[in-house]
Amino acid sequence: MKLTKTLLATSALTVAASGATAQDMADSMTLVSWGGAYQNSQQKAYLEPYLEMNPDVSASWDESSNEAVAKLRAMNEAGNVTWDLVDVVASDAIRLCDEGLAMEVDHDELLKPAPDGTDASDDFGDLIVSDCFIPQIVYSTTFGYRTDMVPEGVEPPSDICSVFDLETYPGKRSLEQRPINNMEWALLCDGVAKDDVYDVLETSEGQDQALAKLDTIKDEVIWWSAGADTPQLLADGEIFMGSTYNGRLFSVIEEQDQPVGMMWDAQVFDLDGWIIPDDLPDDRLARVQDFVRFATDTQRLADQAAYISYGPARESSAPLVGDHAELGIAMGQHMPTAPDNSGNIFVYNYEFWADYRDDIDAKFQAWLAR
Amino acid sequence: MSEAILTPIEKKPMGFTAGVLALAGAVAGLFIGTAQGSGLLGVVAGAVLMAGLAFLAMQVLGEEMEKPVRWAMIAIVAIAGVLLGGPPGLVVGALFGWFFGWFIYWVGLGRYRERLLPYLTGGQVLWHYAFRVICGAIFVFLITPILVVMPLSFNAENFFTFTPEMLRFDPEGYSLKHYRDFLTNPEWTGAVKNSLMIAPVATLISVSLGTLAAIGLSQSHVPGRRAIMAILISPMIVPLIISATGMYFFYSKIGLVGTYWGIVLAHAVLGIPFVIITVTATLVGFDRSLTRAAANMGANPVTTFFKVQMPLILPGVISGGLFAFITSFDEVVVVLFIGSAELQTLPWQMFTGLREQISPTILAAATILVAISICLLTTVEILRRRSEKLRGMSPG
Repeated sequence: MKLTKTLLATSALTVAASGATAQDMADSMTLVSWGGAYQNSQQKAYLEPYLEMNPDVSASWDESSNEAVAKLRAMNEAGNVTWDLVDVVASDAIRLCDEGLAMEVDHDELLKPAPDGTDASDDFGDLIVSDCFIPQIVYSTTFGYRTDMVPEGVEPPSDICSVFDLETYPGKRSLEQRPINNMEWALLCDGVAKDDVYDVLETSEGQDQALAKLDTIKDEVIWWSAGADTPQLLADGEIFMGSTYNGRLFSVIEEQDQPVGMMWDAQVFDLDGWIIPDDLPDDRLARVQDFVRFATDTQRLADQAAYISYGPARESSAPLVGDHAELGIAMGQHMPTAPDNSGNIFVYNYEFWADYRDDIDAKFQAWLAR
Repeated sequence: MSEAILTPIEKKPMGFTAGVLALAGAVAGLFIGTAQGSGLLGVVAGAVLMAGLAFLAMQVLGEEMEKPVRWAMIAIVAIAGVLLGGPPGLVVGALFGWFFGWFIYWVGLGRYRERLLPYLTGGQVLWHYAFRVICGAIFVFLITPILVVMPLSFNAENFFTFTPEMLRFDPEGYSLKHYRDFLTNPEWTGAVKNSLMIAPVATLISVSLGTLAAIGLSQSHVPGRRAIMAILISPMIVPLIISATGMYFFYSKIGLVGTYWGIVLAHAVLGIPFVIITVTATLVGFDRSLTRAAANMGANPVTTFFKVQMPLILPGVISGGLFAFITSFDEVVVVLFIGSAELQTLPWQMFTGLREQISPTILAAATILVAISICLLTTVEILRRRSEKLRGMSPG
């Protein structure tokens, strides 16, 4: 009797398990990402190996991460979500999670443990900033400068405050057209201690102080909104220095061979990762969970670093980071997290910006128009 | 040229020649000076130089020396161009030298009146040429942005930049790699394929429906003609983003979002107004007694339409179809709403590519598209002329 029961239970399990695999999984996926070198790294490191293992699956990319929040809202409203997996920055993931547009996941259940058996949630650690967010990479926003435009007899810039020093480093700068990061850098260079930056920025006077500091270089600033802008401006020699994502600068320097240097000082760390849209049909959900489980394992995240200089979000991936896939240079030193680069860093302050973004945005835009 | 004999050509007073040349030199100097760092200096130098050259050519050397003077101008200015701007300066300099050499004699000897009526006043002559210069300037303004992207598409770098190698005309600075990328990268080839699958079908639908609508609405007995016409044309007038939003919510209710037929229908809707307008315009010149004559001889309405009416309004139908095709082929807003990742069209790919990765492959795509449109329009125009000639409608 007992044996029968066990047998029954196992066969039921087998049925359930096989039922959950092949036939119930959709055979196509729509992945949403950012395009460019970053999407290419995902394609090479996770998607191509996955499709090789599952030859009957097809996947297509939609380069819409930039407007993912708005588009997901519209899709949800229309009751027709066509995306299966969406790559977003952490702050967008938090918003989507709060609005119920992204699915909450149990990280330990969905994601593979580290090779040494550490649970996924411990392996990712603090980087799981929201219940919906499946981290992939750590990237930073930092400055690059034209090495051939550094004035003679002057050291190349290595301090964030050289952005505000028009006398020593004349020339145009490009900054992102939003208050985030710019306000922090301005305060830091206006004599505010790093630990006090957000306390100061909470107050109206502090915001004015930051804008006043930005005012000193406003005439020399070109404002960017897409990650490709600063690399293009640097390659053109239109600007002396500009902020952008560190991976874009890596590509300009190492892959495109432009005379550009990295500043790294006061770089701002941010996270990028996946979210799964809420209320996917079961077959599509099963497929996407299968893919995410594969794409975020320790080896895959380390592989991604062979294509782009962003740090893998798993602690266990760091030792596995090797050489660039085409150039053969060691990638470790180009990671924003490398010790030489991360002497002075900020971490994107999600709580602060969630609370103050609307107010400071309005102020910043009014200041821009002035 | 009978006018040429009637119109007196005479040497102009030196003050006039020098003044005009100084003005032209100042304008040219403004551009060169600005490129070299000082616009004001360029203006002054250009004016003085050109007035001086005009004096030299007219008063000192005289008309007999025209040929050698003009060659010398080309050579000297070309060399000055090389000194200022390297190899590209050579070409620009030679062009400037040729132009001013010609201009000095054209103005100084009064040749500008050669082809004009003898009784025109000075003001009328001035307006005659000013009008041409203005037209030319507008033409340049319209066409330059398109021309600029063409050399950039042969860039060896992955940026929208004229590199020093390109400006030196160094073959190293040029490459066909962006064309190779466009023709081999599945993202681009897939986009071209999607566009080519969508546009013709959308065009076919717009042409059939639009032509029928135009013919129906041109009958005087249809009630509420103006209102129906206004509604049919509204996709052209309502801001595209509003149509797109509306279509998105409507199509997603009936399951058309992200499907091939969804995009085709949306594009057909956008193309119909163009067909209606062009066909309605052709129908104005259509003689209705022809259809009555056909009916009188026993043809049924369908036969009448295809044998009598259609051949006569065909030019309008074709140009409407061409517009509908181009609308579908260029359209990005609606595709961003209705389309899906598997159905990325060429404009979608260009739009996202431009935003995310500013790659000159877009310029290669643009250059190829411009070349194709020129071929397409030329072919249509040649066919039109040929059929007109065959029908004896035009004397050419």
